[in-house]
Order: sequence, then structure tokens, then C-alpha cells
Amino acid sequence: MENIEAYLKEHENKDMLRFLTCGSVDDGKSTLIGRMLYDSKMIFDDQLSAMESESKKYGTTGDKLDMALLVDGLQSEREQGITIDVAYRFFTTEHRKFIIADTPGHEQYTRNMVTGASTADVAIILIDARKGILTQTRRHSFIVNLLGIEHVIVAINKMDLVSFSEDVFLNIKKDYSQLVEELNIKNSYYIPLSALDGDNVVNLSEQMPWYKGKALLNLLDTMSVGKELKSEEFRFPVQYVNRPNLDFRGFCGTVASGIVQVGDEITVLPSGKTTKVKSIINAHDITEKNNNVESNKASASMAITLTTEDEVDISRGDMIVHSKSLPRVSNSLKVMLVWMDEKPMELMKSYNIKGVSSLVEGHFEHINYKIDVNSFERTEVDSLVLNDISSCKMLLTRPIAADAYGKNRLTGSFIVIDRVSNNTVGAGMIVNVAKREEDSFKSSKTYTKSEKALNQYIRDFFPEWNCKEV
Amino acid sequence: MNSQITHLKQLEAESIYILREVASEFSNPVMMYSVGKDSSVMLHLAMKAFAPAKPPFKFLHVDTTWKFKEMIEFRDNRAKELGFDLVVHSNPTGIEMNISPFEHGSKVHTDIMKTEALKQALNAGAYDAVIGGARRDEEKSRAKERIFSFRDKYHRWNPKSQRPELWSIYNPAIQKGESVRVFPISNWTELDIWQYIYLEDIAIPSLYFAKNREVVEYEGTKIMVDDERMPKELRETAKKEMVRFRTLGCYPLTGAINSTATTLPEIIKEMLLSTSSEREGRLIDKDEVGAMERKKIEGYF
Repeated sequence: MENIEAYLKEHENKDMLRFLTCGSVDDGKSTLIGRMLYDSKMIFDDQLSAMESESKKYGTTGDKLDMALLVDGLQSEREQGITIDVAYRFFTTEHRKFIIADTPGHEQYTRNMVTGASTADVAIILIDARKGILTQTRRHSFIVNLLGIEHVIVAINKMDLVSFSEDVFLNIKKDYSQLVEELNIKNSYYIPLSALDGDNVVNLSEQMPWYKGKALLNLLDTMSVGKELKSEEFRFPVQYVNRPNLDFRGFCGTVASGIVQVGDEITVLPSGKTTKVKSIINAHDITEKNNNVESNKASASMAITLTTEDEVDISRGDMIVHSKSLPRVSNSLKVMLVWMDEKPMELMKSYNIKGVSSLVEGHFEHINYKIDVNSFERTEVDSLVLNDISSCKMLLTRPIAADAYGKNRLTGSFIVIDRVSNNTVGAGMIVNVAKREEDSFKSSKTYTKSEKALNQYIRDFFPEWNCKEV
Repeated sequence: MNSQITHLKQLEAESIYILREVASEFSNPVMMYSVGKDSSVMLHLAMKAFAPAKPPFKFLHVDTTWKFKEMIEFRDNRAKELGFDLVVHSNPTGIEMNISPFEHGSKVHTDIMKTEALKQALNAGAYDAVIGGARRDEEKSRAKERIFSFRDKYHRWNPKSQRPELWSIYNPAIQKGESVRVFPISNWTELDIWQYIYLEDIAIPSLYFAKNREVVEYEGTKIMVDDERMPKELRETAKKEMVRFRTLGCYPLTGAINSTATTLPEIIKEMLLSTSSEREGRLIDKDEVGAMERKKIEGYF
């Protein structure tokens, strides 16, 4: 029984990595996923085989999981037409738990790929060794980069069909490194693979002795991800106000970035009021018997409840930050917007903009340019349709505290909700928060003559209303 | 300098975040409480998310009247110990009709006592958010399920027009009468659940642990003799075997497995070594191909 406890101890301390697979059926994506799911199950068996022989009762584990079947399963789903979506799959290795976001690769499914990429730390871009870099490779790389994924594994698959040629591999690698430069991809890794035969998936291939890097699973298992990228500035979006009785008023949320300690000077945004952290309850430490465990500090990703020294008005949607490192607060933002609805985006139309916990009404005032996901060319447009990606100016009806997405994925992202259909119609990444606030109604409408006359009348006779000129 | 937190703590944080979103965004949420291990984990997460307060929502158990006796005892004890607000609903029409899985079959029983009962309870409670314990690793149709999964006013799921769901920003917007099913433990696997139960010392019904129990062979599985309602001729074939259950539901529809696992590490070990999926013992999924997908569209979890 010692073995299982050692195993549990090991599993307890694993970290988690979320990755996205980009490619189409033809690239062998399903085969690769099937291979990883299958082979990671083998790892359990290795670890537990000692125990297994101890107890004949369980018989052979004899992995009946037929990889072909697994792959067929994915394909039959595809035939039913319902994989036009993101499917999440899970597996575990010695060091990590993995969550795969499996998304379709065709252009009409850009929105699904964007969805899958939004939570991924790493992307695997599949390239068919026979075909090299295709338009879709450029598209996938662009989206992955747009969504802030800083680690791209270029999996050059079907090496068996090009006689495991190092030249083919090196040529594709050379071509892709131009893309890396063009897009400014931070970390790229190249692996020659044959997903079908498992070459360089779990074990290093004997067919490609010239390849000196790691096998794919080993790379995923050991790569250092996220740590170096996370902003160290304390950001705490207030999610929920917990007020069980008059003596307790706690602000619940998950630390988006940085570290907070009891006694820290904090500012509540957008109001700008300041106070100090009085106590921190870390939800992770709460047990059934003790529900009031206080911590001295908490760091990124932890679910906590904060209390403050002074009675400050704080509500859901506010952001608590360190007074020494404030983010910008404004209602005017430059954003990258991905349109996700069949109904086109309309300039000046009022949408609900939902951030990590805030909800504000706003509109898009101007489209700076639309970007072609295949050629990266920029064009001028005045409306956006499904799967369009563009740079826009967004104006909100009240200011919010936000960071640039490149600095903080959590406090720099938002979704767009249609106020009538309630659908999620867009997703956005903040590029820049304006220094100052802007009048969000400035140019949002052309006024009729009679409206202008009424406006004039009000300004003349009711100056105390502070009505602005239209 | 950021110490990476372990995968279980990340999953825990994600689930707590989701539960707090629900409490903030909806006026009348409810958490499904099915008494099983996943429900036990969800209850535990809800207690953590809102401490020192109690969870600000009700817990709903749809009692088909055919659950294991121990489940009902366990449920009532937990409600008393933790002080959460428990609502129990059974379909009164079904009770009147004396619906029995033995007599009417699992499909009719499930439709009336489970799916229909659930709809009744949800309509009666007028809940705008229903928190469920489904996981994406359980079944293929669930791998694509959103964490906030929109349901129309007939509680139906439309797998082909799901709202895109990005980052950890969930869209809670609905019209009156519509609702959202919320799955806070979507990204947990069966192993994560067991590991968490083990580490956090979460109470679960003893039916999960192996014990000598009276079982009979029924439709290709072993089921436990839990009461007198099991047909007499079937009961007469009962013999004692060392068994446990991998999932808990209605006793006539829940297959037992032979096992000697009497502790959590032993259960986990057994799970890791087995090749069959968790739901194998659940008769409901076997009725027809794609049963789960169909049931979900109809409004079952």
C-alpha cells in the first residue's frame, strides 16, 4: 500500500498546464491527441505495475483502450457536425495534469479557436511535413499570438511520409522562424513527429537520430510556463461581497496577479478610495471544522476573502490594487476585438461589456482596421462580421480599471454581450487604456434640427442641469 | 517569485470562483445535491467559497424514491451537520402511478422520476441558475459543455448554438423563464475528485467502500438488495458478495462491482488499474447509443 500513497503524494503536488492543439483532421491532430491520451495512461501502468503483480485480482490492466477507436470516436463526432466547437480533454503524466482544448482548424471556426486559446498557456501547431507552412498555419499562429499564448510548439507531423528527412524538417523550421519574427512569438519549439507511429510523441524516435530535442510529452511535462510572464502587480477584482452579519464584511475574489499581505495599503478602483488590508481568509485553508482561518498573505490564483481596516464602499466589479502600483482608469480603450456572432457588429450600438467581474455598457466608436488572419493585411472597414478580427476604439458609459492584455490576461480581457439576444457576440483584448476619460456620448449620434433646438433651449433656460451641447 | 499552485488548488480556486459568480449574478440559484461523491465535493467547495457565511443558495435533491436507503440517511445527516438549506422533491404523479424500475424499466422510471421530477422541481423553485456536478471527462457529449450552459424556458440544451466561453468570463444574461446550468467541476477528472476527497477528508456514503452486501444478478449487472420492493423471485437469488459502488443512484439501476477496496487509497488504486469507464455500472447510459446526449437535450443533467 505504500506505493499508492507515494503515487497520491506525487499526484497531489502536480501542477497544471492547459494547451491548445491547432490543425485540421488531415494534419493528424486526432491521432496525436489519441496518442497522448493513450500513452499517458501507460504511465499509470508503469508506476503501478509493481502493485499490479501483487494483486492478481485485478488481472492484467491490458489497456483495451484502442487508439484507433479513440481517434475514430473523434471523427464520428466530426461527421455529426458537432465538433464545430471546443472539446476539452484531460490527461496526467508524472509531473503535470493537462487540459487540452481541442478546436477545429478551418477558417469558419476562428471563433472556436479563439475560445480554446483564451485559457491556454501553450499551443501545439501541427504542420504536415509534406505540405509545409500553409495559410492555415499562418492563421493559427496569428490567433495563438493574439490571445497571448507565449509558447508555441511547432509539431512537424507525418515525418514517416518524408522518409524522416532532416532537410524537410530544417526547411520547415526555417520557414516558420520567419513567421516567429513577423508575429513576434516569444518562445517557439520545433519537434519532428509521426503521431501515427508515436515517433517523438512519448519516446524519442529511432528513425530520427539527428533530432536532439525532447519528445513532445517530455517537453510539455518539463517546460517552464507562466511563471516568468505573470505580472507582479497586485490585482484583485471584487467578485462578491460576503456579509453574514453586521460584524463581518468580506470581499471575495481570486487574486488575478501579485501578492497581498495584511497591512498593505490598497486603493479601490474606480472610486480611488484608500484603506489597508485588515485580514485575509484563504478559501483553500478552510476545513469543515474551521471556517475562519486567517492568512498573512495570498498570491496569484488563490481564492480569498479580504477585509479592510476602514468601512469603504466596495462592491462587485470594483478592483482592489496596491496603492503603489495603480492601473489606469478610463472609459476610453483601444482594443483588439474578435467578432463571434452571425449578426454583424454595429458601430455606436450599445453592448454590454463584461470583464472579469465588472459589467458596463459601452459601444465601439471606430474601427481602426480589420486584420486578415491569413495575410495579416490591414483594411479599413466600418462593420465587422463573424470571425473578423479588428482594432477598435471602445467607449464605456463609466470608467473601469484595466490593464493591457499583454501585461495581464485576466484584467485585460472582456466579452461583448448583445443586450437583446443576450448572446456572447464578441471577445476583446485591451491594448491601451486612455489616460483620460472621454465623453462617451460625444459623437455617438447625429441630431435632428428639433433635438438641437431643444438642447439649445435647455442650456439657455436650465443651466443648472449642466446639459452639454450636442 | 510566484509559487505555482498545485493543480488541485487551481481546480479548487476555479470552482470557488464559479460558485461566487453564480451567487453574484443570479437572484435565485440552486445547487443540485445528489448525495454522491461529486456532490460531496461540490458541497465542500460551496462551504469554502462563502465561509464564514453559509452558501447563499438552496440545495435540491430529486428523490426518485428508489435511492439507496443509506443515501437518504447520509443526506439528512449532512444537512443537519452543515446547516445548509435542503429541498427534496419527488414526482407526486410518479408516486401515485407507483413507478418502479423493475416493472416499468429504466427508461420510463428515469423519464418520470428523474427528468420529469427535475423539471417540476426547477419550475416550482423558479431557479434562474442550477448548479450541477457534471464533469467533462465523464462522457463525450460533456466534453463540449460550457461551464455556464444556457437552457431555454423548456430547460432544453442546444449543443449546436452554445455561447462562446472565453477566459474566466462567464455570460449570465438570460430572459425571464430561461436559466443557466452551471458546472463548477467541469475540469476535474475522476482521479482529481477522489484525490480531493482524500486530501480534504470529505465525508462520502459508505456505499463507495467494499463490504459484504446482498446482491443479485440483474440485466447483466449486480444490484444490491436494498428493500422489499425488489421482486421476490429476484430477491431469492441474492447472495453475499464483497462489493462496492463507483457511482450512486437508484439502487435497481446502479451496478455493484466486486472489490476489496475499503479505504480511499485502495479505491483510487483500483480506479487507476481499471480500464472501464466510471459510468459502466450505470444502467441508464446503456439503453441506447447517444443516450446521454439525448437526455441532456431533454433537460436531464
